Amino acid sequence: MKVLEDLKYAKGHEWVRVEGNKAYIGITDFAQDELGDIVYIELPEVGAHVEVDDIIGSIESVKAAADVYSPVSGEIVEVNEELETSPELVNEDPYDAWIAVVEMTDSGELDNLMDAEEYEKFCEEEA
Amino acid sequence: MSRKLIFELSLEGKKGYSLPQLDIDDRAIEELIPGKLLRDRDANLPEVSEPEVVRHYTSLSRLNHGVDVGFYPLGSCTMKYNPKINEDVSRLEGFSKVHPYQPDETIQGSLRLLYELNKILCEITGMDGVTLQPAAGSHGELTGMMIIKAYHKNRGDEGRDKILIPDSAHGTNPSSAAMAGFQVVEIPSNDRGSVDVEALKDMVGKDTAGLMLTNPNTLGLFEEDIIEIAQIVHDAGGLLYYDGANANAIMGITRPGDMGFDIVHLNLHKTFSTPHGGGGPGAGPVGVVTELVPYLPSPLIQFDGQKYYLDYDRPLSIGRIKSFFGNFGVALKAYAYILTMGPEGLREVAETAVLNANYVMEKLKSYYDISYDRICMHEFVLSAQRQKKEDVSAMDISKRLIDFGFHPPTTYFPLIVKEALMIEPTETESRETLDEFIEAMIQIAKEAEEEPDKVQNAPHKSPIGRLDETKAARKPKLRWQPEE
Repeated sequence: MKVLEDLKYAKGHEWVRVEGNKAYIGITDFAQDELGDIVYIELPEVGAHVEVDDIIGSIESVKAAADVYSPVSGEIVEVNEELETSPELVNEDPYDAWIAVVEMTDSGELDNLMDAEEYEKFCEEEA
Repeated sequence: MSRKLIFELSLEGKKGYSLPQLDIDDRAIEELIPGKLLRDRDANLPEVSEPEVVRHYTSLSRLNHGVDVGFYPLGSCTMKYNPKINEDVSRLEGFSKVHPYQPDETIQGSLRLLYELNKILCEITGMDGVTLQPAAGSHGELTGMMIIKAYHKNRGDEGRDKILIPDSAHGTNPSSAAMAGFQVVEIPSNDRGSVDVEALKDMVGKDTAGLMLTNPNTLGLFEEDIIEIAQIVHDAGGLLYYDGANANAIMGITRPGDMGFDIVHLNLHKTFSTPHGGGGPGAGPVGVVTELVPYLPSPLIQFDGQKYYLDYDRPLSIGRIKSFFGNFGVALKAYAYILTMGPEGLREVAETAVLNANYVMEKLKSYYDISYDRICMHEFVLSAQRQKKEDVSAMDISKRLIDFGFHPPTTYFPLIVKEALMIEPTETESRETLDEFIEAMIQIAKEAEEEPDKVQNAPHKSPIGRLDETKAARKPKLRWQPEE
């Protein structure tokens, strides 16, 4: 299982990459492996306001469907439309295939997320 | 055997019919049917001879697996044997040749049968009124949700927009609630695989419209706290909906009505032995307590002491939810089944279904993981996490079972168990069949350790090997198309 050092992680197995005030959100390698082959991704609306733990998308794989929760609050400013036609990108490179970008209203919320080491431990307990 | 599609067998000019001489004037179709209703391209139907058609479809039918062919332990689906006496009864001309538009007085026998079935289902579930209209379990769920909505609305209790559903529930539950316009709130399970009662207490409130529960739940475990759960939901002003998918486990032993449920659906195609595969059709009758009877779909079948009639004069009804009387033939078969079995027989069904599931679970639990080590009801859930460490997944195990002539169990459900294999033997299987299945499962567990590729690449004996399910979902080919 791959975990990247410079990302933040949520308990719902989402990762956050921070660029300025923008949070790029995707799902982790652990999450994509658990889901198996992804066949459909529903993306949020650009312009929508989200709070922490609001649903910002859903992912359907051959074996299950799962919601994606926002690890931060703010406005959805961009979505990765490529995933609509190529959902397999999340399986191939989960840390490159971001799902949405949130313009954060409170970057302090990032402190509630896990770092790579904590997340690795968290996954070990889950498995 | 030819694996061609019927379209690919087609050769121009081949015919499987000959029509008699036309004995009226031949007229162009454009004179008879408005142009906008006519297709502008040929239908392109396959041109084949009669023996080719018969051979093609007979060959396909022989590739089918059904409960008349072999064991079918598909969890949550209750794939029990369907007694053929049901079919005999449904073909009696007095039933099979009536038309729903006939005047009531000419179909008194059919109406009486539906009326009596209603009463029997009330007795089995502990409810006070039943509609036979819903055509499937999920249709029953939607009907139940609409009744909950109508009930609160009629009382002027408008803020109740949330339906509570356990995380182990069938996917149809949240779908039905959402379809009826409710918001779905997920209740967590505790470490015994049951509803977390403490969490539930914090979740109910003035916005609670109701709770949907399957008992036993999808883990095959009886919700032992059901009386307390019912109390909590009722105290908050909500209603309790019973998903009858697992009614085979409790029939004749306990009743949803006695547990505190207000609305119940049953699946006649599961519990009451009507055909199930190939689209059924099914039937999902819904029963309710006295207070909710006015909201049941219209018409209801009533008896005035002399004759049976259809009552449409029901102002609070949610209206019609299916044409005519629902799937009448299915009701007929279920009625035949219930009379054949009798009260003691139905109780024995539940007892044997539970015994069979526990027998298989006990024999398998040292070879596979079990998330909740409790006595199960009519089904149980294995986890293939031990095999997953050898890179053999629940899906691989399911596919390998096909080589042994068994239908795979329900795989990757319920979602709260990793690598889930949900097994429901039903009461109609003999001990010998169960033993064969157990032996196959044990052999597969050994193969997973010793020769994992044999399981990973299964099935080996089926007409075609492992299908690419991912590609089928990502790039589906939904119909044959002629080459341009």
